[in-house]
Amino acid sequence: MTELTVKVVEILATMAGLPPDQVTPDTTFESLSLDSLDLVELTLMLEDELGVEIDRDDFGELVTVQDAIDAIASTDALAA
Amino acid sequence: MSDLVALVTGGSGGIGAAICQALARTGAVVAVGYQGNVSAAEHVAQTCDGQAVAVRINVADENSVAGAMAQAGELGRLGILVNNAGVVDDDLLLRLTPERWDHLMTVNLRGAYLTSRAVLRPMLRARWGRIVNVSSVVGMRGNAGQAAYAATKAGLVGFTKSLAREVARKGITVNAVSPGYVETRMTAGLPERARELLTTFAPIGRPVSADEVAHAVRFLASDEASAITGVDLAVDGGAAM
Repeated sequence: MTELTVKVVEILATMAGLPPDQVTPDTTFESLSLDSLDLVELTLMLEDELGVEIDRDDFGELVTVQDAIDAIASTDALAA
Repeated sequence: MSDLVALVTGGSGGIGAAICQALARTGAVVAVGYQGNVSAAEHVAQTCDGQAVAVRINVADENSVAGAMAQAGELGRLGILVNNAGVVDDDLLLRLTPERWDHLMTVNLRGAYLTSRAVLRPMLRARWGRIVNVSSVVGMRGNAGQAAYAATKAGLVGFTKSLAREVARKGITVNAVSPGYVETRMTAGLPERARELLTTFAPIGRPVSADEVAHAVRFLASDEASAITGVDLAVDGGAAM
């Protein structure tokens, strides 16, 4: 797993109140009971951890953890 | 509130000044938002017991809002936003031009949207925040000659309740206070007859003071009000009953 994947899984597990090993890239946000506002919060936490600005407004359309990882990885700040 | 920054838009006006002073007394660092009258805002900042700084903000302008947020953020953690900036422009609807209507909507409603959107990031990060929107008794009662103003103030209550629902789980509360007739520079221009009538409407039989409004805002902005969200608290001497 990449550093980004590890961080995303770790943060989402904390937000969902689960151990990290119960969250995988295939896990859906619905199954974690997380909504689009939680995903905004995820990006804020990642911004703090990674020191970059993640400027996306389409998080409501993401379904799985891997979707979020891909979306975040493709932002200008991280893709550069 | 000693480690918090509170931004009060329209902080140099009558109600705004009282709110700034009330929040400063709790230990918050107060950013006294003003649009044009820097000397009035600096005077308010000086009258605050704690630390207070005048911050220029045009709530209708996204860049100005971003600049003010950055300036307020430099003072500490921005945890309290009081959307108090507003304009009043009374006339019969038949005489109210679309331009005047739009101006009221832009300042009173769009302003609250822009500032609230801007503070949500720091509030979500901290999982704590207080947004208090200053509405008006006329938002619920209506008032002849104030269709546009009343629409903005009623709109602000709907905005308050919707945003409150969005962010409630994140430790952020969003409430409104609706003052009745408060004697300030803004209401001084009302005809004597109108002021008499407004006072008559309130069962307490007198105008509400700016300090009485400020006390309600201070409470809603406190830790003690953590379970209160989406409320429109009337501070109107009973006028809206």
